[in-house]
Amino acid sequence: MTEANPGVRERPRSPHLQVWRWHVTMLTSILNRVTGVGLYGAALLAAIWVITLAAGPEAYATYMALLGSLVGKLALFLITVSIFYHLAAGVRHLVWDAGKAFDLKTADASSWAVIIFGVVAAIAVWVIAATTGALG
Amino acid sequence: MSQFRTPLSRARGRGAAHHGAGHWISERVSSIALVPLMLWTVYAAIHLAPLSRDTAAIWIAQPLNAVLMVLTFAISFWHMHSGLRVVIEDYVETLGLKTAALLANLFVCVFAGGLAIFSILKIAFGGVL
Repeated sequence: MTEANPGVRERPRSPHLQVWRWHVTMLTSILNRVTGVGLYGAALLAAIWVITLAAGPEAYATYMALLGSLVGKLALFLITVSIFYHLAAGVRHLVWDAGKAFDLKTADASSWAVIIFGVVAAIAVWVIAATTGALG
Repeated sequence: MSQFRTPLSRARGRGAAHHGAGHWISERVSSIALVPLMLWTVYAAIHLAPLSRDTAAIWIAQPLNAVLMVLTFAISFWHMHSGLRVVIEDYVETLGLKTAALLANLFVCVFAGGLAIFSILKIAFGGVL
């Protein structure tokens, strides 16, 4: 048997951020991670919501007051943007997984599409929420 | 990830663990399931927000709503665990910290997901009114 390598040969690494010119496909990739991590926190908030609902009226009222506060509403709006952004970006990834829409022009266009969709869908949902009395 | 490799695999200097495809596929399958579930979740949130706690509990107790809510939590926590796992593997360098973060990710997802799903079942089986 030949002698083993003294250590692992350095694997190629991702290029560092500072040597890359910013472009929109890079932004959407980073945003997909950021919103994913943000939605991790959102899921924990949703878990606390259903736990307090099962716990009783007092716990539920306290938690709903927290969510209904200014900070709570701001967090919920950002969560709504994150849901729609991450959903659209996820569908875009599925299209890529099918081997389609890889060319630069399409990738740039779909980058802007998912960003705009995330913001517009969130605003639309909050307008609907306001008209149906969900915002108190 | 090199610290997690066995001496033999390091000596060979190449190779994956040969089970990455399963993780990749489960991320995709859960993401497809979450598309309709998250649209339903947004609808449910708007519907439930103005309701009193008891009225909200009655709505959740309906079989379709209870099942959709359990599925949303189960698949979301599964998907979250997969996603954050990759983030930890990418950014946390030291072995001890990486191991602790991966374990914390798993335990938080199972614990919070378990509590949420148990709470829905408790509401659905009428233990809360």
